[in-house]
Amino acid sequence: MWSLRLNPDYRMGVHTDLNILVVELDQAKAREIIAALTDGGWNNVTVIAAASALERTVTQQDPDIILIDLANPDRDTLEHLSSVSNAHKRPVAMFVDHTDEAMTQAAISAGLSAYVVNGLQKDRIKPVLETAIARFKMVTKMQSELDAAKQALADRKTIDRAKGLLIRARDISEDEAYNLLRKTAMDQGRKVIDVALALVTAAELLQ
Amino acid sequence: MRLTQVQCGYLPLVDCAPLIIAKELKFAAQEGLDLTLVKQPSWSALRDMLALGHIDFAHMLAPMPVAMSLGLGAMPSRIDALMVLSINGTVTGVSAELDQKMRACGWVNQFNTPRETSKALFAAAPQVLRIGVPFPFSMHRMLLETWLSQDPEFSPDRIKIVTIPPAKMAEAVKNGALDMFCVGEPWGTVAVQQSGATLVLPGASIWEFAPEKVLGARHNWAEQNPKQCHAMIRAIYKATNWLERPENTALAVEILARSQHLDLPDHAIDPALSRQIVTKSGEPPKQVDQFLSFHKSAANFPWRSQASWISDRLAKWHGLERDAARITARASFRSDIYREALSPLGVDMPKTSEKVEGTMAAPTMVASTLGEMILGPDRFFNGAVFDSGMSRAPKW
Repeated sequence: MWSLRLNPDYRMGVHTDLNILVVELDQAKAREIIAALTDGGWNNVTVIAAASALERTVTQQDPDIILIDLANPDRDTLEHLSSVSNAHKRPVAMFVDHTDEAMTQAAISAGLSAYVVNGLQKDRIKPVLETAIARFKMVTKMQSELDAAKQALADRKTIDRAKGLLIRARDISEDEAYNLLRKTAMDQGRKVIDVALALVTAAELLQ
Repeated sequence: MRLTQVQCGYLPLVDCAPLIIAKELKFAAQEGLDLTLVKQPSWSALRDMLALGHIDFAHMLAPMPVAMSLGLGAMPSRIDALMVLSINGTVTGVSAELDQKMRACGWVNQFNTPRETSKALFAAAPQVLRIGVPFPFSMHRMLLETWLSQDPEFSPDRIKIVTIPPAKMAEAVKNGALDMFCVGEPWGTVAVQQSGATLVLPGASIWEFAPEKVLGARHNWAEQNPKQCHAMIRAIYKATNWLERPENTALAVEILARSQHLDLPDHAIDPALSRQIVTKSGEPPKQVDQFLSFHKSAANFPWRSQASWISDRLAKWHGLERDAARITARASFRSDIYREALSPLGVDMPKTSEKVEGTMAAPTMVASTLGEMILGPDRFFNGAVFDSGMSRAPKW
């Protein structure tokens, strides 16, 4: 298992010369990443949100490392910048360093892709990535927890409405209504929420 | 029977239909596979997930396994193409503004006239034509260059190829970032509906039999897991056979639209599967029989000559030695595994795994194990013939 090891030297601002570009649509997430990188001693961090700006920014800013969310479809545009190297004198070169499989795996599981400019030494890339990966993991976890909570809340509302429909239509108690939903779901090999949703939709259509 | 779990990555495009049908109509389960389809946000992400072993199989652009095996791109890795998933299916379109200028030059959009269309393009286009493709290692880019480079007005500095994710192509055309694009369905249709773009040429008009997507797997994994590979090939073969039958098209559209895998409405899926393409908003659709196919003419066979054709383009772009690249490329198109998987089903197999590409003007009988194989048409628009020189003289 990969673990975060921050060398205390990095906090002393010795790495401020690295030019880091972060591609991130979500502002809150972008702020988190910048904060983490700044804490780590890298102050030269640029953030862009839109893909349309990507090619121009890469050319103008000449970044050493580009960090981008794995889920971002604009990755393919970066891929292109690195593949047509003769057209742009010195573009991005590779996804992390594919020879460092542990690092690549860690980045992938954190949901992060990094493009590293050719010639940059591995030991200089590593701490930046370690910091970014750690923060990415945290942000991603928070995001997925938030999504799960929202979904659960929405499901709860639907199930409550379905229960209400059953209570009124069949004159049964709340517990009986829930048990009925659950039994139907089990009999049909479906989820309770799916049965509830079908019931609510059907009721709306019949109104 | 206990099912073996396998994961297959894909991009939400109409041509991932064989995978969705294999899963939803239980062809995969019949072969003993519990198939999970894993949606990917980009080709780069899909490639990384496959190379690092997070997924077992992947729906890939045909040039991707070759490029990766040749060490090109950000994640070099030995990747094999186990079968071809679809033939053709790309479409080229232009912005409303460029369409208007081309018409002013006297061009009429017949949707099957590559020469006239490129002539009008270069006559009407700005000095540099900005063209969007979904990935640098794509059949889209190869077909575009095959086509445009034949025009007398062509020079490399007249075009600029830009990579834009398929779902953003329509927007890029609308906001003026692109003059032209080549993309897979439904995104051509979406560009017509949302950006007033005009579709000018299906990929099939450039090459009648271009391998578009393939089933990729890691070379070492495939060697170690022949059972899973064979089962997957058989399941998809059955799915493409089902998909290709005209009577199943309507149901296929319904299944694709309803499944959670695509998240696309039926009107976005229908044109490609019914091969009825609306080229301009408000106009009646045009029938393009070769627009996209999944099964007929031994479509699923991974021809080593297809790999050679792809590798020659890559070698030219990246300055690789042509013959050495061909050897690596040919080895990555696994006609051997394909044969092993399907021979037990009594599927007709060609006698050779190479063919001379571009020679068949009409469906043609070729030498095969059952003597029933009909291939073609497979011409290039300019009559080019691609002979990798590695095939023994074909007998047809």
